[in-house]
Amino acid sequence: MAHAAMPEDVMLPPPSRAAGAGVYTEKLGMWIFLGSEVMFFTALIGTYVILRFAHPSSWKPPGQVLNIPVTAVNTFLLICSSVTMVKAFAAVQDGFLKQLRLWLLATVIIGASFVGVQVYEYTHLIEKGFIPSEGLYGSTFYTMTGFHGFHVTIGVLCMIFVTQKAFRGKYSQADHRGVEVIGLYWHFVDLVWIILFTIVYLI
Amino acid sequence: MRGAVRPGPLQDARRRDRPHAGRLRPLGGTSPLGRPTLKVSTMATTATGSSTYTHDHGHGHVDDRSFIRKYIFSTDHKIIGIQFLIMSLSFLLLGGTLAMVMRWQLGFPGKPLPGGTLLPDTYTSNGVVLPEFYNSAVTMHGTFMVFFAIMPLLVGVFGNYLIPLKIGAPDMAFPRINMASFWTAVPAGLLMLAGFFVEGGSAAAGWTSYAPLSARSDLTGVHLGQIFWCLSLIILGLSSIMGSFNYITTVINMRAPGMNWFRLPLSIWALFVTACLVLLAIPVLSGAAILLLFDQTIGTHFFDPQAGGQPLLWQHLFWFFGHPEVYILILPGMGMVSDIIANGARKPIFGYTSMVLAIIAIGFLGWGVWGHHMFQSGMNPTLGTTFMISTLLIAVPSAIKTFNWLGTIWEGNITFHVPMLHALAFVSMFVIGGLSGVFMAASPFDIYIHDTYFIVAHLHYVLFGGSLFAIFAAVTYWYPKMFGRMMNPFWGKVHFWLTLVFYNCTFFPMHQLGLHGHMRRIYDPTQYAFLREVQPVNVFISISAFCLFATQFLFAANFILSWFKGEKAPMNPWLDNGLEWTVASPPPHGNFGDVVPTVYRGPYEYSSPHSDQDYLPQNLPMPGGMGAAHPQPAGD
Ligand code: HEM
Ligand SMILES: [Cu+2]
Repeated sequence: MAHAAMPEDVMLPPPSRAAGAGVYTEKLGMWIFLGSEVMFFTALIGTYVILRFAHPSSWKPPGQVLNIPVTAVNTFLLICSSVTMVKAFAAVQDGFLKQLRLWLLATVIIGASFVGVQVYEYTHLIEKGFIPSEGLYGSTFYTMTGFHGFHVTIGVLCMIFVTQKAFRGKYSQADHRGVEVIGLYWHFVDLVWIILFTIVYLI
Repeated sequence: MRGAVRPGPLQDARRRDRPHAGRLRPLGGTSPLGRPTLKVSTMATTATGSSTYTHDHGHGHVDDRSFIRKYIFSTDHKIIGIQFLIMSLSFLLLGGTLAMVMRWQLGFPGKPLPGGTLLPDTYTSNGVVLPEFYNSAVTMHGTFMVFFAIMPLLVGVFGNYLIPLKIGAPDMAFPRINMASFWTAVPAGLLMLAGFFVEGGSAAAGWTSYAPLSARSDLTGVHLGQIFWCLSLIILGLSSIMGSFNYITTVINMRAPGMNWFRLPLSIWALFVTACLVLLAIPVLSGAAILLLFDQTIGTHFFDPQAGGQPLLWQHLFWFFGHPEVYILILPGMGMVSDIIANGARKPIFGYTSMVLAIIAIGFLGWGVWGHHMFQSGMNPTLGTTFMISTLLIAVPSAIKTFNWLGTIWEGNITFHVPMLHALAFVSMFVIGGLSGVFMAASPFDIYIHDTYFIVAHLHYVLFGGSLFAIFAAVTYWYPKMFGRMMNPFWGKVHFWLTLVFYNCTFFPMHQLGLHGHMRRIYDPTQYAFLREVQPVNVFISISAFCLFATQFLFAANFILSWFKGEKAPMNPWLDNGLEWTVASPPPHGNFGDVVPTVYRGPYEYSSPHSDQDYLPQNLPMPGGMGAAHPQPAGD
């Protein structure tokens, strides 16, 4: 009787299910980390939007200073690298380890080319006299694309790490956490670029 | 069926439902509280004979890490917590010293600072503090206190130390990232410190570094120092982000079986929500600091009005981070104080669920109020009204928490141990600070007192009276767990009472100064006729501040001496229910050994009617004597 009156909390054995989000720790950690990246880019993009609304005259019409075709190709490259990343993940899920290596390698190469094209773009712009201290236009352009490029560079470095692990046979159909986690980051960086490309180059 | 007969949550049971009503039963042995204590391990064995409760760490665990891996580049969350503790207490001392410089100048303008002649000529002339040095002391005091003392003390120390122990995890989710988090905080602090030694001195535009003052070195003469300020905060930001996503992942994914969300101690809830705020707010500061850094170094014009930049943009970015930041600085304190107050009152925390909801509400509302720092900035007044309303709203969850603390001590049989004293001081001081906050939230009033000493009073009531008292409470409470020894309770009490008195003497009169129109951050109040008449108040404040500072050495001495000479701490000196008290003091590497603790209830079962003891640990399968009749949990 005394037992019947006891609150559940005291009576019941603990639930057998493990506590947690049902997602493995590395993946959960990456999702949470991306939350902080979102806020970082929000600060940059917010700054851009505010400054641009306040001083529209500091901006040149699209295409006048920035070379849209080159960057469009570059954007296409980055999107391709997301596709190869998806392919790599799909391959390892199906247990095709050889394909995994090839797709990862492709992602590294395309990602690195993106950074290369961006460096090329910068050098040209600087030669033309469009530098970071060139009013608000230059300030925002270099800061935003630069920090994105920095993220891609970090991504490429991590991707190289994952690729070399793949070549050493560290991933399998059963355990390929590294591939999935770096994939999340990669797609995020890609997504940010699509926003940046639109607002910095096209509008 | 079970639901129907359930008599209601234990958490809120009233006193008459509880046979012991906060009274400890005399059961042999004397605890450091001077009260009878239980023999924990005997109790556990008689209760169930279960090994989930008593842990035998004697065998099977040989710690063969080298000294460096064990104490310097350690991945053990407990060591990292203690490393943060030592780092941030040092910065607390530094920040305090800078405050003394300021108080000397404000109390005795034009008089040579004691020891001032030892400082370089760029700081003092004939021992008298120079305006440039005063500015840099103001700036660095705020910066060090907020970013390198209070924030790491709350989040770095107790986040690290308590989260895995209290949720029953062996360590953080990412121990190496955790280590990296500490070892990026250290260089950040040193870089900030380096500002004092470079040409032009340290940053001097206030801890808020308003542009364009901070963006253009020709305005202050500080160039490198301000760059260091930005770089240091960017690096510290990395450290905070690494720490916070680690904490969040750990709390979500590594709770022991049975530790569901509504059995988490409030300290963990608060640290969890704090970590979410850190995760989302710090990147905004990093972004802003990067823009400012570019303005200073590569000639961009984000904040320079002459080239189309927007000084107000800095304020928006800074306070969009800054207001969540002030909750980062108080929430962990609120959480830990909740744990301590329940323990000291020997009653369950009053309104556990509403406490949790209030923490979450603060976490959300904190994002929408930043404009209350900018009523006077030239921002659109309509926007000001919006911010005024949202700010007034945020006082509601704070008030809920306060009333719940009062409800907890109501009719409790209070043990005035040192942590409890500090916790009670926290509540009372936070009420004063919160009330002045509500005053200032009303923009018509704020327009009058903005940028006066009233603000300084407010922020010190919440940050010193709130956060720092919570830190004192928490340090004394968990010290035995951290170092295996007790802090001296007598000197603890002396320190507490002197601090409480001098603290109020220092900061309460600042309200009056503020209402009188005394500006913040001024070098020499006596140059204004209308302030000369309140100069005696300044003198009084300064003398109190010196006494307050001196009192802190009692704490430092107690802290250091107890480390070596303190009385050996038992496993559970405060008779607390939390999981961390079920392991040795200090806990071994890996915390719970091979046993995964299993959790059966919330952490606030003091004076439980279901136990013949005064408390009911979270992992005790069944209350004493009744255990045999009930099934053992799986895996036991
Ligand atoms: C009841 C809740 C609170 C309300 C309504 C409130 C309101 C305000 C307002 C309106 C201001 C701006 C005053 C001005 O500059 O004119 C302010 C400043 C400040 N508050 Fe609070 N506050 C609250 C709690 C806190 C807490 C918990 C903390 C930190 C632990 C805090 C820390 C600060 C600081 C540091 C400043 C000064 C910032 C500066 O340097 O200008 N406040 N508060
Ligand atoms: Cu605020």
